[in-house]
Amino acid sequence: MIPLSWYLIVAAILFCIGLYGALARRNAIGVLMGIELMLNAVNINLIAFWRYITPDILTGQVFAVFVITVAAAEAAIGLALIISIFRNRQTVVVEDVDMMKF
Amino acid sequence: MEDLVKIVPLIPLVPLLTFAIIAIYARRYHKVSSYLAVAAIFISWLLSMVIVFNAVVQMPHFAEEPAVHLTLLRIPTGATTLDIGMQIDPLTVALLFMVPTVCLMIFIYSMGYMEGDPLYSRFFAYICLFATGMLGLVVADNLLLLFVSWEVMGLCSYLLIGFWYEKPSAMWAGLKAFITTRIGDVLLMLGMVILYSQTGALRFETVFAGVEHLAETNPTLMYITALLVFGGAVGKSAQFPLHVWLPDAMEGPTPVSALIHAATMVAAGVFLVARMLPIFLVLSGMPALAWVAAIGAITAFFASTVAIAQDDIKRVLAYSTISQLGYMIMALGIGGFVAAVFHLITHAFFKALLFLGSGSVIHGVGTNDMMEMGGLRKKMPYTFWTFLVGMLALAGVPPLAGFWSKDEILAVAFVQNPVVWVMGTLAAFITAFYMTRQVCLTFAGQPRNKEIHAHESPPVMYVPLILLAVGAALLGLLGVPAELPVLGPLLGNNPFHHFLAEQFSHWHYAHLPHVGFNGSVMLISIAMAGLGIGLGYLLYGRKPLEEGQRDPLERLGVIWTLLRNKYYIDEIYRATVIRAAIGLADVLFRFDLGIIDTIVNLVGKLTERWAYVSGLFDTYVIDGIVNGVGRVTSAVGEELRYIQTGRVQNYMVIVVISVVLLMGVFLYM
Repeated sequence: MIPLSWYLIVAAILFCIGLYGALARRNAIGVLMGIELMLNAVNINLIAFWRYITPDILTGQVFAVFVITVAAAEAAIGLALIISIFRNRQTVVVEDVDMMKF
Repeated sequence: MEDLVKIVPLIPLVPLLTFAIIAIYARRYHKVSSYLAVAAIFISWLLSMVIVFNAVVQMPHFAEEPAVHLTLLRIPTGATTLDIGMQIDPLTVALLFMVPTVCLMIFIYSMGYMEGDPLYSRFFAYICLFATGMLGLVVADNLLLLFVSWEVMGLCSYLLIGFWYEKPSAMWAGLKAFITTRIGDVLLMLGMVILYSQTGALRFETVFAGVEHLAETNPTLMYITALLVFGGAVGKSAQFPLHVWLPDAMEGPTPVSALIHAATMVAAGVFLVARMLPIFLVLSGMPALAWVAAIGAITAFFASTVAIAQDDIKRVLAYSTISQLGYMIMALGIGGFVAAVFHLITHAFFKALLFLGSGSVIHGVGTNDMMEMGGLRKKMPYTFWTFLVGMLALAGVPPLAGFWSKDEILAVAFVQNPVVWVMGTLAAFITAFYMTRQVCLTFAGQPRNKEIHAHESPPVMYVPLILLAVGAALLGLLGVPAELPVLGPLLGNNPFHHFLAEQFSHWHYAHLPHVGFNGSVMLISIAMAGLGIGLGYLLYGRKPLEEGQRDPLERLGVIWTLLRNKYYIDEIYRATVIRAAIGLADVLFRFDLGIIDTIVNLVGKLTERWAYVSGLFDTYVIDGIVNGVGRVTSAVGEELRYIQTGRVQNYMVIVVISVVLLMGVFLYM
C-alpha cells in the first residue's frame, strides 16, 4: 500500500496551490478555480482518511459527496456573481472591484 | 355645683363663636352683627347668673368649700400632666356677677352709639372676642389659660383703641397701649415660667401648695417671682410707671373706654394679683406686698391730681380710673383682699356708667372738650341724672356703692399702713373735687358754645345708663360693715365679706388681716367727700363758668401746668426710654446692614466665583475628557480605515493569517 502520508502531502500541496490561487490571481474566475482546488484537496484528505483509518464506516465517503455537492453549488453561484459584476463593472479583475473601500 | 361647672366653658365660648360668625358671615349685615353680639353676651350673662344664684343659695357652705374644677385638657409632660381647666370659687363668682352684666349693658349701648359707623360689624366682632378673653380670664383655673385670655384682651385692646385706624393718633395710641402692656406681659410670663419650673404646675392650687417650699428654700427667687407677676398687673392695670397708655387709649370709641379701660380689662391686673395673692403672702414679712401697696398708693394719689387739670371729659375719667385702680392695688398690698375685690366690682359699675354717660354727652354735643360744654342738665336729663349718680358713687358719698367699698379699703389702711391711709384719704378728697368740677363744667350753667345744639341720646343708650346707675347705687349695700349700727345687721352682716373671706383659707400660710369697724375713719371719709364736693361747687358750681372764661385753677400757675401736662411723664419717657430703644434699634439695624448683610453678600459673591471656577473645570477638564475620547476614537478610526480596501483578496489574506494564528494558539494551549 501507498503510505497515507503521501496522499496527505499531495492534498496539502494542492491546498496551498489553491490558496495561493485564491489569494493572488487577478481574474475572478482564477480565484474561483483556486477555491475549487482547495475544496478538492479537502476531498482527497477525506477519502484518504476514510480508506486508511475507517474503511467500513461510510461517513468519509458521504462527507466527500457533500463537499462535492456544495462545491458545485458554490461554483454556480460564484460564476453568476462574476457575470453580474462584469455586467455592472465591465471587468473581472477582482482588484478593481473595491466599491466597499473606505 | 359639680354639675354646674360643666356649663362654665360655654361662658367664654359663646362670644368666641359669635366673634367668628360675625367676622366671617355677618360683616355686611350691621344690624344682624349687633343682635348676634348682644344675644351672645346675654347667653353668657344668663349662664353666669345661674352660677351666681347657685353660689349664693349655697351660702355659707359655698364659701368654705374648695373650688370646683372642670379639667378640659390634660397635657402629658413627662411624669406629670399639665391640667388646663376652669373653676368656680367665690372670687370667680364675684367677677361672673359683674363682668357679663357690665358687658351686656355696654353691648346694648354700643348698638346706639356706633350707629352709622361703616365698620359697625367689626366693632361687635372685636368686643365679642374681648368678652371671650375677659370671661376666660375670670374662670381659668390655671396660669396658662389666664395668660392666653390676658393676651387676647391685650390684642382686642389694641384693635379697639385703634378702631378708627385712619386717624393717626388712634393708631399710635393703640400701639402705645399694646407695647406698654407688653412690658408687663413679659414680666408676667417670666413669673409664670419660674412658677412652673419651681412648682411643676400652672394650676393655681398646685402652685400655691408648691410656693411654700420655694419660699423656704429660695426666698429671693420667690420675692422676685411675686414682683414679676405683679409687673404684669402694673402694665395691664395702668399703674405707675406703666400708666401712660390709658389716657391715650381714650382715642377709641367710648364703649371701648367703658368696657376695656374702666370696667374689665384694666381690672384684670387687680384680678391677677387677687387671684395670686398667696404667692405674695407666702414670704414671711411679705416684702413683695409692700411694693404692691406702695405703687398702688402712689398711683392712686398722683393720678387723681392729674385728673384735676384735664379738659377732655374722657381724660378726666381715664385718670380717675388709674387712680381707682391704684386704690384696688393698694388695698391688695395691705391685705385687704375683700375690700379690693369689692371696690373692683362697684368701680366697674359706676365707672362704666360714667364713661357711657360721657359717651352720651359726646354723642349729643359732638366734642370731648368740657370747656365747650355747659348747661347740658336741661338738654340731656337722663344723661345728667345717671352721671350724677355715678359721680356721687365715685366721690364716695354714702349710701352709694363707691362709699362702702372705698371706706372699707381706708379702714384696712388705717390699721395696717397709716401712710397708705393718708394718701388714700387725700386722693378721696381730690377725687370728689375733680368729679364735681367735671359735672359742673359739663352740665351746670349755660352752654358755653352757642353753636352746639345738644340733644338727648336714644333709649338704647340711656336705658343701660339707668340700669348701671341702679347698680352703682345699690350694690354697695352688699358690703356694709357688719358692725355698723342698724344697717349692718339689717343688710345681712356684710354678706359680701362672708362670701369672699374664706377664699384662701385652704393655704395655712395665707393670713389676711381682720380689721374691725372704725367709725372715725368712716366719718373722715365722708368729710373728705363733702369737702371735695364743696370746694368743687365753690369754684365751678356756684357761678358756672361763662363762655371764654378761664379755669379758676389756672391761678396755681406752675402747679397747674405740671398737672395739666401729666407731670411730663410721657415726655420724659420719650427722651429716655424710647430714645434708648430707638437708638438700640438703630445700632442693631446698622449692624444688620453693615455686618450681616456684608457677610451674606460676600457668601453670595464667593459662591458665584466658585461657580465660575467650577464652570471652567467643567468646560475644560470634563468636557475635554469626553471630547477627547471621541477624538481619539475618531483618530484611530482614521488610521484603521485603510484596512478596508474593498478587495476581497486582501480580506482573504487576513482571514488566512488569523486562522494560522488561532491554530497556533490552540495547539499550544
